[in-house]
Amino acid sequence: MGSQGGFGQSKEFLDLIKSIGEARSKAEEDRIVINEIEILKKRIIEPDIPKRKMKEYIMRLVYVEMLGHDASFGYIHAVKMTHDDNLHSKRTGYLAVTLFLNEDHDLIILIVNTIQKDLKSDNYLVVCAALNAVCKLINEETIPAVLPQVVDLLGHSKEAVRKKAVMALHRFHQKSPSSVNHLVSNFRKRLCDNDPGVMGSTLCPLYDLISEDVNSYKDLVVSFVSILKQVAERRLPKSYDYHQMPAPFIQIKLLKILALLGSGDKKASEQMYTIVGDIMRKSDSSSNIGNAILYECICCVSSIHPNPKLLESAAEAVAKFLKNDSHNLKYLGIDALGRLIKISAEIAEQHQLAVIDCLEDPDDTLKRKTFELLYKMTKPSNVEVIVDRMIDYMMSINDNHYKTEIASRCVELAEQFAPSNQWFIQTMNKVFEHAGDLVNLKVAHNLMRLIAEGFGEEDETADSQLRSSAVESYLRIMGEPKLPSAFLQVICWVLGEYGTADGKYSASYITGKISDIAEAHSTDDMVKGYAVSALMKVYSFEIAAGRKVDMLPECQSFIEELLASNSTDLQQRAYELQSVVGLDARAVESIIPMDASCEDIEVDRELSFLNGYVQESLNKGAQPYIPENERSGASSISNFRIEHHGPSGHSLRFEAYELPKPSVPSRPPVPPVSAAELVPVPEPTYHTQFHEAVAPKLSVSGTGSSEIKLRLDGVQKKWGKQTYSSSSPSTSDSDIHKTQNGATKRDVPSSLSSKARDVSYDSRKQQEDVDPEKQKLAASLFGGASKPEKRPPASHKASRPNSHAADKSNAEKSGPSDGGAVKASPQPPPDLLDLGEPTSISNATSVDPFKQLEGLLDSNEGTIAPGSSSSTKAPDLMSLYGDTSLSGQNIGTANLLSTGSSDANLISDVSHAPDRNGHGTGSAVTLSTPLSKGPNTKDALEKDALVRQMGVNPTSQNPNLFKDLLG
Amino acid sequence: MIKAVMVINGLGKPRLSKFYEFQPAEKQQELIRHVYAVLSGRPDNVSNFIRSLGTVFGPDTRLVYKHYATLYFVFLFDNSENELAMLDLIQVFVETLDKCFKSVCELDVVFNYSKMHTILDEIILGGQVLETDSVEVMRAVEEISKLESTTSAGTMINKSIPSWWAR
Repeated sequence: MGSQGGFGQSKEFLDLIKSIGEARSKAEEDRIVINEIEILKKRIIEPDIPKRKMKEYIMRLVYVEMLGHDASFGYIHAVKMTHDDNLHSKRTGYLAVTLFLNEDHDLIILIVNTIQKDLKSDNYLVVCAALNAVCKLINEETIPAVLPQVVDLLGHSKEAVRKKAVMALHRFHQKSPSSVNHLVSNFRKRLCDNDPGVMGSTLCPLYDLISEDVNSYKDLVVSFVSILKQVAERRLPKSYDYHQMPAPFIQIKLLKILALLGSGDKKASEQMYTIVGDIMRKSDSSSNIGNAILYECICCVSSIHPNPKLLESAAEAVAKFLKNDSHNLKYLGIDALGRLIKISAEIAEQHQLAVIDCLEDPDDTLKRKTFELLYKMTKPSNVEVIVDRMIDYMMSINDNHYKTEIASRCVELAEQFAPSNQWFIQTMNKVFEHAGDLVNLKVAHNLMRLIAEGFGEEDETADSQLRSSAVESYLRIMGEPKLPSAFLQVICWVLGEYGTADGKYSASYITGKISDIAEAHSTDDMVKGYAVSALMKVYSFEIAAGRKVDMLPECQSFIEELLASNSTDLQQRAYELQSVVGLDARAVESIIPMDASCEDIEVDRELSFLNGYVQESLNKGAQPYIPENERSGASSISNFRIEHHGPSGHSLRFEAYELPKPSVPSRPPVPPVSAAELVPVPEPTYHTQFHEAVAPKLSVSGTGSSEIKLRLDGVQKKWGKQTYSSSSPSTSDSDIHKTQNGATKRDVPSSLSSKARDVSYDSRKQQEDVDPEKQKLAASLFGGASKPEKRPPASHKASRPNSHAADKSNAEKSGPSDGGAVKASPQPPPDLLDLGEPTSISNATSVDPFKQLEGLLDSNEGTIAPGSSSSTKAPDLMSLYGDTSLSGQNIGTANLLSTGSSDANLISDVSHAPDRNGHGTGSAVTLSTPLSKGPNTKDALEKDALVRQMGVNPTSQNPNLFKDLLG
Repeated sequence: MIKAVMVINGLGKPRLSKFYEFQPAEKQQELIRHVYAVLSGRPDNVSNFIRSLGTVFGPDTRLVYKHYATLYFVFLFDNSENELAMLDLIQVFVETLDKCFKSVCELDVVFNYSKMHTILDEIILGGQVLETDSVEVMRAVEEISKLESTTSAGTMINKSIPSWWAR
């Protein structure tokens, strides 16, 4: 410990550090430090302190602040110290201010002048100290004050100064690019500095500049390559060697820069191939830094225009990393593998066992990295294993941040690649159960939609089986404590919609369960809203089926509680329920038809069915409709107040003709009771109300159009499963990547499992004791991979014309629905038989449909979305409040009703039924459901799905592969 | 760029911390605590890299650490640096300390607080790697201390600080 007196600390300081070191608790430490602060406060203002002592005080302040205590009383003394002529004091002062102050601190202004002076000092150490401070303390406003000096220093005779000046300039560029833009050329100039150290330091700013704007630096590729060549050939002085590697940090920076410059640029990349190949060949994988360079080479190779030879050696390097015992190298190996599979997916196959080892490693970092890799290589054939693994891991961790991430990845993968709906629902259940509060609410809507739409085909029994199993599983799960709100909403919705559908459970059983949920989560208004809507559905189905409804006492009390609820939404729903229960079977059936949640609705946007009525009213002397822009807002509100006492032309004006943008028919979400609600009598009879209510209803149905915009989120889209991938929040980047992956690997011939085995055997030769469990896992993870060159390329061409027409419109059907389609129709139509053989689709061509798909999705999203209904999300509800409160509260409440997904059913009927009634047809015929999907397109759709099935993915699920893992 | 350098001992006490992007003092403490919590939970013989640091740091912040006897040396940086290279930079830093203090131990680090900063400033400047050769760093540091010792006379500090600043 001979060094401890080296900087002349006093015994006091040493004692302080010692006592802090010996402190046994945080409280004790705090006490010591606070005591120290008191001493320093007194001492530091004493007159005539020797410089040496002062320096020590400042260092003690720094120390105190590092321990987390406030030392701001001493800042000014540190600032003062920078003014000192003594180098040591000055340096201590600079060190202290760089640690104490941020660039916007008030005291900076007292330092700028000193810095200016010091930058001009003859002593280069003073200059260096000042440059150090410049990097930390100068902000956008003060840059001009020191900029000229710093630029001058770029030509300083000492290389250490030049180097720091480059760094300082770089820092200015980071803080305020605009203030030094005209000086950027200096970096290029310094790249040719005689001193390799200075040259190396320019690489940092150049890297930043290049990553911002690649194209203006393409001319430097040659220079970078030649510098890299010189470095690699050991032309630099020996002093730049580090662990026998020539200037490794410069090499790494250069490789990073080349990776940027060569990305997507064939010409630039070609200039790099030789040198990168040389470095990889010569690399020394025994030292850490050698591996760092090797890893950087792999990153570079995977980023620039692909070169088969380089890729091959990169793959070899990855193999070396993965086989290494060091976790660091394994980590880098996994990371590098993730980069390489973007280019050629087969590489992962060779390393399957290594990857699985990493997956089971106790090292969390490695594990997460491996999950990242698996996420990148997921495809329909291995999605089950991967997602299962992810969920297992998700359940085992407490880190909410990562849990959210992995949960959303599970959802994304499941939505994209789900082999069957059954599996999808089970997976979603698990995700919801364990991380429900962390996932996006949209996921819940998607799940409901999937259960509602079933397989999207004509197979009704399969659909109802699916629903029954969903109901079963929910009845089982709902007993669990602490279910997340979103999941409870799904449960309520499904129980309401399908709880009694298969006749297995009685209405009273289901309603009892629903009210149990509501009771157990009495603080969650959303859940209660879903619950009461579910009750309403169950009761109406009962009424419609002609059975008598006996409300359970707990349901009764639940509804009574809601009738007096503070939430207008809940109140509204409860009143709704009460009035619906009071209606007769026929009316109820048309309000809430059985299993109609997916029916499309057509809305007569012109409200032409009212023409007769309007004419009649006009004839009776009513005022004609005045478009909104022709009247003042104030009067419209007062008119509206009158409106619900009798029909009047004014009632039309509010939102009726607003927002006519969406072109696809939508269903105005107005439940029947809204009519009753507008008239402040709680229980009017429905039928008699019609005449009077038409006008208010009209205005209400008009509000539906204003809502179209709001309902985009949760709505279902026309072609079932497709929408999952479109609505999944994945970045387009990863999407593309994945589809490419999927495209190459989608074809899973039945011979696959054996092929995978082969690979496993190969690796077995080297590694005799490999666990068979692991091999199975490997087979299921990587088994889907195949070698494209084995398949005849002709078949794809055959499939193209077949499906081309349908392709465009139906591409959406592709990915996720594959599994389902296979199940539903195991026998391919005869004309497709020839495609049933293992076929190949070359990478480039098969990407095509997916691109089309993407384009299509974008354009379709807007139009399809509003075409159907589901529940709006809570935030939308709020905006709804905002919108409507301006025009009138009555409409506001009416709108609220639409938040329940099932209400949509009511709405379609209501908006049409009254008009029929009003016109004296006398029957409450439901006008809805002229579907927009014609039979032809639909057929084509299915055909296309099959074509894909046959051509692309003959055995998308290989049950044997998963048996062990899933069972 | 490198975002922060920390030296934390096995009990979670910070021995050196330097942030290249300004963080308020409380935040610094929080970060140090968080890093320590993560590090202390990791067994030996696992990798020296940590990726998912949660929301405390910005996204895509990586951490490389090395455990020497009683001290954790921690570098935090973004994706413009190479993990293995950073690991070697820690090695450079420690090697330099070792040369400077003749087989460095925690006590040297504790008692030579300002010298630690001097060394670190020669290796990293404003978040960028400045020098990676420990001999070169040593030379710079020695030059500084030589100059300092010659000029450090016992002259008095001029007490001209305005009284309103000196609280």
